Amino acid sequence: MNFLAFFTSADTTHVAAESAQHAAAAGEHHGEMSVSEMFKHLFEHVQDSRELELPFIGHVPLPQFAPIEIGGVSLDLSITKHVVFLWFSAALLILLMVLAARANRKNRVPTGWGNLVEVFVKFIRDEIVVPNMGEAGLKYMPYLLTTFFYILIMNLFGLVPWGSSATGNVSVTAGLAIVAFIMIQFSAIRAQGLGHYLAHLTGGVPVFLWPIMIPIEILGLFTKPFALCIRLFANMTGGHLVIVSLFGLIFLFKSYLIGAVTTSFVVAINFLELFVAFLQAYVFTMLTSIFMGLGIQAGHAPHDEHAEHSH
Amino acid sequence: MLEINPGLIFWTIITFIAVLAILKKVAWKPLLTALTSREEQIRTALQQAEHAQTEAMKLLEENKRHLAQADAHAQQAMREGREMGERLRVEIVEKANANARAMVEQAKDEIRRERDAALTQLRGEVADLAVIAAGKIIDANLDVNKHRQLVDNVINEIRPS
Repeated sequence: MNFLAFFTSADTTHVAAESAQHAAAAGEHHGEMSVSEMFKHLFEHVQDSRELELPFIGHVPLPQFAPIEIGGVSLDLSITKHVVFLWFSAALLILLMVLAARANRKNRVPTGWGNLVEVFVKFIRDEIVVPNMGEAGLKYMPYLLTTFFYILIMNLFGLVPWGSSATGNVSVTAGLAIVAFIMIQFSAIRAQGLGHYLAHLTGGVPVFLWPIMIPIEILGLFTKPFALCIRLFANMTGGHLVIVSLFGLIFLFKSYLIGAVTTSFVVAINFLELFVAFLQAYVFTMLTSIFMGLGIQAGHAPHDEHAEHSH
Repeated sequence: MLEINPGLIFWTIITFIAVLAILKKVAWKPLLTALTSREEQIRTALQQAEHAQTEAMKLLEENKRHLAQADAHAQQAMREGREMGERLRVEIVEKANANARAMVEQAKDEIRRERDAALTQLRGEVADLAVIAAGKIIDANLDVNKHRQLVDNVINEIRPS
């Protein structure tokens, strides 16, 4: 019953603040922790929080700012755990990529790390960008490469002890999806021109159907990035929840045997998570590139028709 | 868990754009240019290799043709040399034969002439001896010229034809 109560209460209450309290409480009486408290403690790994858990140091409070009210939306720019991992991933990614770029500039034949990065870069270029977007897509290579590697490294941070994957937070994936949305619209407008882009929203149906068609088309523009956002978030959170639940079984049954079984399960899930980290980074990049490609190719079609008419 | 935190969205977008800007400058440009330039290098190197191969094949073909030509030339030269040698040999032998024949002829003529001269001389000597002998035998006052005529006649009559 506690198990269920935990899940129902977690969704409704302000978890970030509460989990912090619980963590403090858990630290005080470690021995007699209830299953629900234990779950909450484990669950912290997935949740955003206002403090950072560091090895050997413990919980470090993060800087808080008062929320800024802009047009009825309160913008809380406080540095949370996921913001820290957002920045930590960014710093590590930049470092790793600079190393790869430097190595590849020095060696004519890439080896080691530079070669590994190049395999991914070449894959994204030849298997994702060019087939979906054509040669015109090469302009957007930096964006798609950043998307892939940044999401990948954030995903992988969830597998590191004391780490947390920022992509397991729906706000982070929403931010990434908003960038994707902007890039999709921008590339479409750039390829088709604003007139063609707007004309495309009518879906080519008779004028009296426009009141129905235009809202549907506009909705369609938003569903794609929304799906990107939810897919990445759900995949990254799902794996962690499975691990948390498996660990929870140990505390539910209080048995060494269950501990052995669940640990082996968790190891297997961890490998699955590793795979999913790569897969979801690939899927996000792939779908973004397909959506951009649709806009770009829709831009090419009318131009070709014009060319045929003029002949 | 599903509540949206606008602050986090803001940070995500800002961070993403910053990462994109930095990586584009320090990583993607160098990586992509390294990749494309290497691809270009490989492509040109392959083309060059192909070109070199066709060139080599052409050269080989040409060499073969030259070799065959040289061989034919040599064969012909040998044949011509042999023919010429044969012709020369025949010529030389014939000339030698002719020479030999001419020399033999000459020698024969000489011998004949010498023999004739010797015979003539011998006849003279014999006539003289005969005259002297006859004069001594018959008479010392005999008309030498008249008898000599006589003896010459006799000798001429017995000269073998």
